[in-house]
Amino acid sequence: MNNETWETVIGLEIHAQLATKSKIFSASATAYGAPPNAQANLVDLGYPGVLPVLNQAAVGMAVKFGLAVAAEITPLSVFARKNYFYPDLPKGYQISQYELPIVAKGHMDILLEDGTIKRIAITRAHLEEDAGKSMHEGLGANSGIDLNRAGTPLIEIVSEPDMRSAKEAVAYLKKIHTLVRYLEICDGNMQEGSFRCDANVSVRRRGTEKFGTRAEIKNLNSFRFVEKAIHFEVARQIDIIESGGRVLQETRLYDPDKGETRSMRSKEEANDYRYFPDPDLLPVAVDEAFIAGVRATLPELPDEKAARFVSAFGLSAYDAGVLTVSRELGNYYEAVAQELPQDPKLAANWVMGELAAALNRDGIDIGESKLSAGRVAGLLKRIADGTISGKIAKEVFEAMWASGADADSVIAEKGLKQISDPAAIEQAIDAVMAKSPGQLADYRAGKDKLFGYFVGQVMKATGGKANPAQLNELLKKKLA
Amino acid sequence: MNLHTKTLAALAAGLRARDFSSVELTRALLARIETHQPALNAMISVTATAAMQEAAAADGVLARGGGGPLTGIPLVHKDIFCTEGVRTTCGSRMLDNFVAPYDATVVAKLKAEGMVMLGKANMDEFAMGSSNETSYYGPVKNPWNHKLVPGGSSGGSAAVVAARLAPFASATDTGGSIRQPAALCGITGFKPTYGRVSRYGMIAFASSLDQGGTLTATAEDAALVLRAMAGFDARDSTSVERPVPDYVAALTQPLAGLKIGLLKEFFEKGLDPENERCVRAALAVYEKLGAQLIEVSLPNLALSVPAYYVVAPAECSSNLARFDGVRFGHRAKEPKDLMDLYKRSRGEGFGAEVKRRIMTGTYVLSAGYYDAFYIKAQKVRRLIANDFERAFAQVDVVMGPTTPTVAFELGAKTADPITMYLNDIYTIGANLAGLPAMSIPCGLVQNLPVGLQIIGRHFAEDRLLSTAHAYQRETDWHTRVPPGYE
Repeated sequence: MNNETWETVIGLEIHAQLATKSKIFSASATAYGAPPNAQANLVDLGYPGVLPVLNQAAVGMAVKFGLAVAAEITPLSVFARKNYFYPDLPKGYQISQYELPIVAKGHMDILLEDGTIKRIAITRAHLEEDAGKSMHEGLGANSGIDLNRAGTPLIEIVSEPDMRSAKEAVAYLKKIHTLVRYLEICDGNMQEGSFRCDANVSVRRRGTEKFGTRAEIKNLNSFRFVEKAIHFEVARQIDIIESGGRVLQETRLYDPDKGETRSMRSKEEANDYRYFPDPDLLPVAVDEAFIAGVRATLPELPDEKAARFVSAFGLSAYDAGVLTVSRELGNYYEAVAQELPQDPKLAANWVMGELAAALNRDGIDIGESKLSAGRVAGLLKRIADGTISGKIAKEVFEAMWASGADADSVIAEKGLKQISDPAAIEQAIDAVMAKSPGQLADYRAGKDKLFGYFVGQVMKATGGKANPAQLNELLKKKLA
Repeated sequence: MNLHTKTLAALAAGLRARDFSSVELTRALLARIETHQPALNAMISVTATAAMQEAAAADGVLARGGGGPLTGIPLVHKDIFCTEGVRTTCGSRMLDNFVAPYDATVVAKLKAEGMVMLGKANMDEFAMGSSNETSYYGPVKNPWNHKLVPGGSSGGSAAVVAARLAPFASATDTGGSIRQPAALCGITGFKPTYGRVSRYGMIAFASSLDQGGTLTATAEDAALVLRAMAGFDARDSTSVERPVPDYVAALTQPLAGLKIGLLKEFFEKGLDPENERCVRAALAVYEKLGAQLIEVSLPNLALSVPAYYVVAPAECSSNLARFDGVRFGHRAKEPKDLMDLYKRSRGEGFGAEVKRRIMTGTYVLSAGYYDAFYIKAQKVRRLIANDFERAFAQVDVVMGPTTPTVAFELGAKTADPITMYLNDIYTIGANLAGLPAMSIPCGLVQNLPVGLQIIGRHFAEDRLLSTAHAYQRETDWHTRVPPGYE
């Protein structure tokens, strides 16, 4: 859609639910899936007389995020009230941060398709409480309200309008998704709404500096929806302008069933939230000692890990990016690679290839893998030392995946050990040549393509166990 | 035996000495409430049965030699404090049906001391008013003259104590709601430093100004209760983590050498000359006791009323948003849709003064007006706090009248909110600056009480109480009981 005439401009507001045990201003549990309102106490219900008390764990997590995106941490941040009426907002206001967010300017680098790195500026990240949920199904003409989610801590991460395509937006969103899980401050579960975003989208004529009027697309809860919603929205806006219209500043909702965005409310209808500092809460003082304490808990960050994989294991930037998409995957790969110092690239190919496919097939995470890193390394060692071929290794892998057994016992049990004895291979070659005089004559007359035929026949004769490299070499010699 | 005219301190001593039991005392006061409630309308709920049970329990504790100085002493709570299982209306139709599922921290603390709750006191709706005329349950009458207002918003609490229906009533003060009714009813009203007493369970009007306190006959009684009420509460982030001194032990701090600041602006235009005469007479008593009088100035005082009437409504407009008919409180019958539910529940549930303040507050927080009103008011607030700081660099406490006049007639100011608001001119400053302040009776004008206001440094509750106590040892204004209530 980023055609010759039009340039897309995107900024994201990401909401990440913080993985605290209790809510941001009350002692209620935050666990997902409890019966409606089972996790809403008097504070969450906004009862008369109750008061909020800030959960320190949420502050620590926000600071952790700030440090991980190289942001300034605001020494004295302030909670404000965002006032509006809605049934799932019990107090009639949401406690959020407005003028003084806890995390100020930071940034996140993304890898573009052409291999270059682009820096996306993060404007701010602030702490706030989530609202409850209105339920409209199964209640007849009525609507229900579930306040379990009310008061769940969120950080809202606001980017500058630095992204120029849906792909960039998704790449950035994925990087933040990876980061919050590395930091263990958010479970990243998009289905359950723990990680979602709003996209501010506008278009402008290439070469112009002024941004076009933007639409805010609300509540996108999958990477695919983000991409599709942006594509739709960009096309819609270009269409409007090209047919002489004007894009309205408005809030739009993405409908995944229809694959389109539709208007929720225009700027004129927008709420005046009447923000003011919440007098029930003191400013949040974060001192150097607190920051140092949080800094000490920072793990190796995804970009650091990826850079190390490139330098230590000789991986491409792309592969390193894939392998560091989660902390668990990175650690798994590293464990395999460390046992296979002679060929860390082979380890990368297998972890991204066979292992990823098997995990995907079974719908499980790397943490639940049926094979430990040690088992996989054991298999790859047998490829490296020539005991089995890469092809046989796939068969061995499947058997290991099914039984959980180690590579050597599968190889022994199934008799899959590679034939690396030149005499045995030569013997097999001789037998094939004897059975195929016609092909031999044709080959020798210049039909080079028949080389493959001989390889296939020998492999067939040896049950696929002939060492492919040796076979190649010996066959060339014999056929010459 | 005339128990009801005894001070709380005397009742505590009597209970300990077994001169009478808590059951006898409670029964006597419940009987007085029954007699005088029709004329005064000071109570919204009377919890007689529970009170008799609590009294019997307190007697049991006392008989075993247990309990503390407050065990067995009856009290009345302003109906702004949530009381578990007992209706808490906040003087509003909105909460007419609201039974709180928990005790406010203040309620829990005094319950733990073994105090006996007689019921809940009438008040201005959501504590918004200076005359108790905004209550959904009708106005409270001043025990000194039933044609007059008792002051507000803690008018019911003040009338209860002035009429000797209970030795103590809890109260709250956002712009003078403890001190002004104390002055108009001739009793001792104490507003602690902001953050000294937990606000948890106290239905919020203006969170940055609200503070719970006491209404009693004497400063000594106030010290006894405040010692139990005050203290840090982990459930209130604005409560202050700081030890509570023994206010009772501190009562006898010597007065000699005390520097008293005379608030110059409090004696300028608007102050009734008769009130001024009483206040100056009280100051003369202090001088005689060895205190030094120094005139001090609060140059920004005139700005306090307008600043207050921006900040307080702003906070109230947000605090009262939770009353939407969805989870508790008044709900309109058969709402057509969500908007109808909101509009009618709130339209029917709130009275005129509350609506006026919600609208004012919504306006001053609106985009385009926020800086001109709310931010400006916060700056004024800082200026007033600075004025006080400058004064306290010179003196230990400051004094002046609590109100410009004695109690006024019911209905006299209801038509003109501005006149009503100006009645708080002397009291609002202490709230804006978060300072502890009190009012003690210092005379009668045409047989109506006059209050002397004493304001102290942050957390100087002990100094205020001992200053008031010294005066009350020299004078007997605090012992005057309204005619007909002796």
